[in-house]
Amino acid sequence: MSALMRVEERRKNRLATGVVTNLQAPVLRAQHLSKQYGLATVLSDINLDVFPGEIQAIIGENGAGKSTLMRILSGYVEPTEGEIWTDSQQVAFARPREAQEAGIALVHQEILLADALTVAENLFLGRNLGRWGLVDDRQMRRVTVERLAEIGCAVSPNAIVGAIPLADKQLVQIAKALLDEHKVVIFDEPTAVLTGEEVLKLQDVILRLKARGIAVLYISHRLDEVQRLADKVTVLRDGKLIGSYPGRTLSQMDMARLMVGRELAALYPEKPAASVKEPILAVCNAHVTGRVDRVSFTLHKGEILGFAGMIGAGRTELFEGLVGLRPSKMSVTLNGKAIHLRSPRAALDVGIGYLTEDRKGKGLILQDRVAPNLTLSALARVHPGLWLRRGREAAAMREAVVKYDIRLKSLRARAGELSGGNQQKLLLAKLMLTDPSVVIIDEPTRGIDIANKAQIYAFIRGLVAEGRACIMISSEMQELIGICDRILVMRKGRITGEVFGDRMTEDEIAFLATTESAHFHGAGDPT
Amino acid sequence: MTIMTDLAPARRFREFNLTWSDVGPFLALAALLIVGFFINPEFLSATNLANVITRSAFIAIIAVGATFVISSGGLDLSVGSMAAFITGVTIMFMNRLAPGAQGWAIPAGMAMALLAGLLCGLANGLIVTVGRIEPFIATLGTMGIFRALITYLSDGGTIPIDRSLRDLYRPVYFGTVAGIPIPILISIVVTVAAAFLLYKTKYGRECAAVGASEDVARYSGISVVRTRTVAYVIQGVCVAIAAICYVPRLGAATPTTGLLWELQVITAVVIGGTALRGGKGHIWGTVAGAVILELIANLMVLSDFVSEYLVAAVQGAIIIIAMLVQRFSK
Repeated sequence: MSALMRVEERRKNRLATGVVTNLQAPVLRAQHLSKQYGLATVLSDINLDVFPGEIQAIIGENGAGKSTLMRILSGYVEPTEGEIWTDSQQVAFARPREAQEAGIALVHQEILLADALTVAENLFLGRNLGRWGLVDDRQMRRVTVERLAEIGCAVSPNAIVGAIPLADKQLVQIAKALLDEHKVVIFDEPTAVLTGEEVLKLQDVILRLKARGIAVLYISHRLDEVQRLADKVTVLRDGKLIGSYPGRTLSQMDMARLMVGRELAALYPEKPAASVKEPILAVCNAHVTGRVDRVSFTLHKGEILGFAGMIGAGRTELFEGLVGLRPSKMSVTLNGKAIHLRSPRAALDVGIGYLTEDRKGKGLILQDRVAPNLTLSALARVHPGLWLRRGREAAAMREAVVKYDIRLKSLRARAGELSGGNQQKLLLAKLMLTDPSVVIIDEPTRGIDIANKAQIYAFIRGLVAEGRACIMISSEMQELIGICDRILVMRKGRITGEVFGDRMTEDEIAFLATTESAHFHGAGDPT
Repeated sequence: MTIMTDLAPARRFREFNLTWSDVGPFLALAALLIVGFFINPEFLSATNLANVITRSAFIAIIAVGATFVISSGGLDLSVGSMAAFITGVTIMFMNRLAPGAQGWAIPAGMAMALLAGLLCGLANGLIVTVGRIEPFIATLGTMGIFRALITYLSDGGTIPIDRSLRDLYRPVYFGTVAGIPIPILISIVVTVAAAFLLYKTKYGRECAAVGASEDVARYSGISVVRTRTVAYVIQGVCVAIAAICYVPRLGAATPTTGLLWELQVITAVVIGGTALRGGKGHIWGTVAGAVILELIANLMVLSDFVSEYLVAAVQGAIIIIAMLVQRFSK
């Protein structure tokens, strides 16, 4: 019997009986789970009950042990102590395959697809459907279309995965995890790379799983999402279970407090009163082929200017074009002088720094130590003269570690060993070492926890208070509203509107980011 | 949660964490010397070792250059034919000058060799960086070109060095200073200079960064084109230095000069601990690698266990073992 037939069979059986398992018994139960790596205890004495048709959110700071717990439950890691039960049977998973056979699937945070293969090939990778010893492509394509349609994804089964947008990749990955019928589906930060509409799509997928009686375990840093979706919220802190709470009874601030274990100061720093500001950077008629069309704006000293929009609106491309990372045409004026930047080096030399959204792929050399990473953009500044000055480098490093509160096991740690939040702070420190007057930060808080977020917001506010100017690109409308003095909204490569003061609301931004006919010739236009 | 446990003083900061790829090549070298001694005590005699290391000097010098190219994420297959080409051009140039300039033809020829190496390296570098052609393909092309040029220049035969220069030039390969053969001294100078460049200068940092992640380097404001091109130029100059040492050994250039050197060079770099995909380069490991290759060949000649026709097979096995050791020591 082919894999597909088995899947279909199980599906039909389930539909025919109409029963979604006994609602009283937990479908998955963990008791006294602990995990130690050497002397370090990552998880201690975790008890967890997951019921059919329940959406349970797992929240906690980076390093709280969420991912380890999920990895144990899905067979990627074996616990040091403790028991796992599914449907009242004790189980021990030695590998992910065994967890899958017991009906537990994990949707990874990272995209684990083969870029060079098609969507359909990826979906069936390792379990090709065959007939008479041949691969049955037509059948696989048919099933792919069906399964993708179920989760609201219209990408072609013949598309090469490397060429489809990140959000579609995420959906393909989810479809792949859901190919077999599961009792428990674990999502590890599924929305970290998604925006607006795609997040809604995914929430829809999750609600549909719930309606089918499937239990969903859900890790997310987006507390608004957790509040909307979760039936139960389980909080972890420093590897310990803090508690499980019925969903919707906790406010976002309550959740943050439980995660951090102390009162949080306000997430966003206070905005200074508006004052007359002098322009520092003016961009006029920016073009990036196929991505950005006739964009003009002005940035003022001491200002945080937000760029909102959907993924693909051209925000990242606009600024990569500005600093010479991709071909572009635009007239740029910095402090009243016309400049033309042909390379990131030239941009850094005039004091414009761009901090990438892809901190692992384009920001840090993960296998290298922290100090060389920190100084990579500012080699000439840290090491004047012919040879490397280790003493100066060490001093710069210690200063950055203290100033940006970068937490390391040792000063010789490798960049890849840092948590996401600390990597982001390291990146910020790396950029600030070049002493830029204009700081462009792309997605400054993607996938990092709330305590680190608050710190990064404070750093950004602090650096504009020193007289620099900051452009912040973000897909999280709340953070743009929370920290920016002014927000420009882009859609399909054009600026569709500007909001500030009272008009900075999610509704207004969402409207501008999605509306076809909005035209903008706002105050930011330097002409 | 990660906690900053020590804000250590600068002294701690400079501590070394030795890994297999750092010490492996030297352990292998030491093991080889010990094994060699038991097989044939003659192996460890000063004359034999000096001989072997002198012979490994060409590969070592070229491999030091290759460490830059490979560390920056490139590859150069053309080094063997480039060495032949430079040797040929240099000899022709010196022969032309010899009647008028006499002894001065030799330094002029050396300068000519360095210039030729620099230009050949620059050509390779520009094809790879500005032309955006895979290093493998680009240097496969120039490998063919250089080899064809030396065959054409020598008309398929040999280009011998002029009689008047032969004795004057001889010491560069056969001479000694304080009992140490000159090629060994030259390789030491080249290696020290290269280690300084790779480990103690900004260029070395940029080179390793470009090799570890081209994207990160680009986004950090490092010019990938400049860094890689310079690595190929360094490679070209190293090939020229090796060619300068090589001229007196045979006193001629032939179409088979430097044949398959590229394989030995890449082997030396890889068993020296530098990853072929780029990143941190191991200059001293590379030199150890080059010596290991020559020692194995020597050992096989001195012993009767294995036919020396199998030298290449043993060297091939060594590179695979070296890679396996690197893989499993992680």
